[in-house]
Amino acid sequence: MTPKNTSAGTITPAAQSQAMLEVSGLNGWYGESHVLYDVNLRVNAGEVVTLLGRNGAGKTTTLKAIMGLLKARSGSIRFQGNEIIDTPARSVAKMGVGYVPDDRGIFGSLSVMENLLLPPKVAEGGFDLPAIYELFPNLEERLDSYGDKLSGGEQQMLSIARILRTGARFVLMDEPTEGLAPVIIHQIGRTVQRLKKAGFTILLVEQNFYFARELADRHYIVQEGRVIDEFRNDEVSKNLDKIQGYLGI
Amino acid sequence: MFELLGIPPQALFGQVLLGLINGSFYAVLSLGLAVIFGLLNIVNFAHGALYMMGAFVSWMLLTYVGISFWVALVVSPVIVGGIGMVIERTMLRPLHDLDHLYSLLLTFGTTLVISGLFQNFYGVSGKPYPIPAALTGVVNLGFMFLPIYRAFIILMAVIVCFSTWFLIERTRLGSYLRAATENPEMVGAFGINVPLLVTLTYGFGVALAAFAGVLAAPVYSVNPVMGNDIIIVVFAVIVVGGMGSIMGAILGGFGLGLVEGLTKVFYPEASTTIIFIIMALVLLLKPSGIFGREI
Repeated sequence: MTPKNTSAGTITPAAQSQAMLEVSGLNGWYGESHVLYDVNLRVNAGEVVTLLGRNGAGKTTTLKAIMGLLKARSGSIRFQGNEIIDTPARSVAKMGVGYVPDDRGIFGSLSVMENLLLPPKVAEGGFDLPAIYELFPNLEERLDSYGDKLSGGEQQMLSIARILRTGARFVLMDEPTEGLAPVIIHQIGRTVQRLKKAGFTILLVEQNFYFARELADRHYIVQEGRVIDEFRNDEVSKNLDKIQGYLGI
Repeated sequence: MFELLGIPPQALFGQVLLGLINGSFYAVLSLGLAVIFGLLNIVNFAHGALYMMGAFVSWMLLTYVGISFWVALVVSPVIVGGIGMVIERTMLRPLHDLDHLYSLLLTFGTTLVISGLFQNFYGVSGKPYPIPAALTGVVNLGFMFLPIYRAFIILMAVIVCFSTWFLIERTRLGSYLRAATENPEMVGAFGINVPLLVTLTYGFGVALAAFAGVLAAPVYSVNPVMGNDIIIVVFAVIVVGGMGSIMGAILGGFGLGLVEGLTKVFYPEASTTIIFIIMALVLLLKPSGIFGREI
């Protein structure tokens, strides 16, 4: 069964109570141009959910709108039951939302250690440094290097690692595999799996469908600023043609 | 007594000392400008006027309330820094999203208003400020006489410059500042209050200017236009050091002060222009400044 209607109305009350993030009727604008149209999606606690879609479909913009970085937005975004549509990014972060941006957001003039320690703790239970080094051994070797001297893969690991330190349990992850070598993609995939086991909730933007398929519980298809379809991961096989059609692969 | 290139050592060391004292003011003032430029991306034209305010506030504290130099050294920068924060909050912030030309014009206008107000009430003749008793007198170093207060200026400037450098380059707060200089949106997305950081940074940069003003009060006369000339030189210093570069501001300030002093010894005719000649050369050869990052 493929639920066509992803609005909040179709969700049972029991499932609703677990919703960590619930977005409904979200519209967004870049200046004059309307870029998000009535986006509806939900992410339950402990789930890994992906936003799939072609370049420019509005996936990154959706994450930015949730994070509060896209300020021209309307509709409803509820995080752990609290309405955050008018909340600035810094307050969203303090509620326990970690953000791993598509450009990785590494500060070139700061050392790896400084980058790692930059985000303030927002909750107890974050990874300590030994746990982070165990997850990303490469980073430990490069603690004194400046951010702009890192490879793309190292930057991506740092971008994820520094969020894990903060204690945020909900992570918005924007294309962590973009432009990386297969071996690094594999390592990041293992990391996401470990986080999922550890109880993290992740909303993942991906263009790499094969990567997303290995990790996610559910997938939303984003096209031209709208969420047009939704699949559970176990429904992917029988809808493969359809999904590939959406993604143009 | 020995002579160097026909110059008596008294004259040489005297000018070196004078160069270092001027350099101390250049360094502290350009440091404040660099800190502000780094995070706010604005050239704070009001810096000279705020330096003057620092001197005037310490003069007022002494004259009207009897507060000593030592207390003024802390209180005056705090008061003027507070005024700076009000300026940032009420006037600069609304211009944040506009072209930087607007904030430049605003700070330029602020300069005219501040120095106009002081001229209106105090005229342009200088107000004397006594050297604190503990720092009067000279020390005979053998090769020259060193006025204690002048040595104190250099010492204070070195301490303030080093402390500021340490704060920005080696502490957690400094890493927030450097990160926000690079990508304020991302720093905000971590839960850090960037607008507050901006206000505090502007206040801190202004407080540095006021601190220089307090130090200057006993050696230069306290008057409403005292910031006008020095600020032009300080702009040249930050261009040479590299816009927004902390180390560039410090080393550029002391270095150019020293060069200026030495020029007075060897070729006095060029002493007022040498800094601008160096600025022109730096702009031709390395436009981002000696310590500036290539853009």
